[in-house]
Amino acid sequence: MSLELVLFFVLAAIAIATAVGMLISRSTVYAALHLVVNFVSVAIFYLLLDAPFIALSQVAVYAGAIMVLFLFVIMLLGLENIAGELEWKKLLWPLVMAGILLVEGVFLVLQRIGQNVYVGTTGTALSDPSLMARVLFTDYMLPFQVTAVLLLVAMIGAIVLSKPEKKSATPLKPDGAKEA
Amino acid sequence: MVPVSYYIILSAILFSLGALGVLIRRNALVVFMSIELMLNAANLAFVAFTRIHETFSGQIFVFFVMAVAAAEVAVGLALVVAIYRSRQSIDIDSMNSLKG
Repeated sequence: MSLELVLFFVLAAIAIATAVGMLISRSTVYAALHLVVNFVSVAIFYLLLDAPFIALSQVAVYAGAIMVLFLFVIMLLGLENIAGELEWKKLLWPLVMAGILLVEGVFLVLQRIGQNVYVGTTGTALSDPSLMARVLFTDYMLPFQVTAVLLLVAMIGAIVLSKPEKKSATPLKPDGAKEA
Repeated sequence: MVPVSYYIILSAILFSLGALGVLIRRNALVVFMSIELMLNAANLAFVAFTRIHETFSGQIFVFFVMAVAAAEVAVGLALVVAIYRSRQSIDIDSMNSLKG
C-alpha cells in the first residue's frame, strides 16, 4: 500500500467522521467547527489531485470566510445550544432515502468509470495556476464577469434583507391568524 | 497512486451525508451547513474528473461554484436573521405559513 493511498484513507476517514459529527452534534458551534475540519481535509484532497489553487481557495473562502459568517450569525442570534433537536424515531425514512442515494451514486460510478483509472501527484501542467488563469481569463471571461455581478447582487441583497424593519410597517401576524 | 473512483465514491458518501442532514435536522443553520457539504462533495467530484480529462474546465467550475456558494451563504444567512427577527425561532418546522 503506497503512502498516498494511506493518506487518502486517513483523510477520507476524517472527512466522513467530521461530516457525521456535524449531523449529530447538539451545538451549532460544534457543527460549524466539524465542518471546518471537513473543509480542510477536502482541501488536502485537492492538493493530492494536483489543484493547489483550488485547495488554497477552499481554505480561504470556505474554511475562512463562509464559516466565519456562520459562526458570526450563530453568536449574533444566540443559537449555540440546540439540545434535544434530533428525534431518533423520525430518522428511519431519511436514512433509507440517503442510503438509496448513496447506493445509486456508487453504482453509477463503478459502472461508468470502472476501477482502472489511477491518478497521483505526477506534477503535470494541471497544477500550474498561471495556466489555469489563462483559461479562466480567455475561454471563461464572460462567466467570470457575471460572477462579479452575482456577488454584488448578493451583497446588496444581504444588506436589504438584514435591515431592521420600519416601525410604521404592519407587523407580521403570528401563527394561527386565519381570519378571511 | 489512488484510483480516481475512490475520490468519486468519497464524494458520493459526503453528498449523501449532506442530503441526510437536510432531511433530519430542523435547525436552519445546520441545514445550511449540510448544503455547503453537498456543494463541497460536488466540487471534489469536479476536481477528480479534471484529473481524468486533463483540462482546466473542472477546476474553473469549482471556482464558480465557490463564488455561488459564497453568495448563497450571504443571502441565506441574511434570510435566517430576518426570519429569526419575525418569529424568534429558526426551526424549519415552524415556517409553515403556506401549509393549507
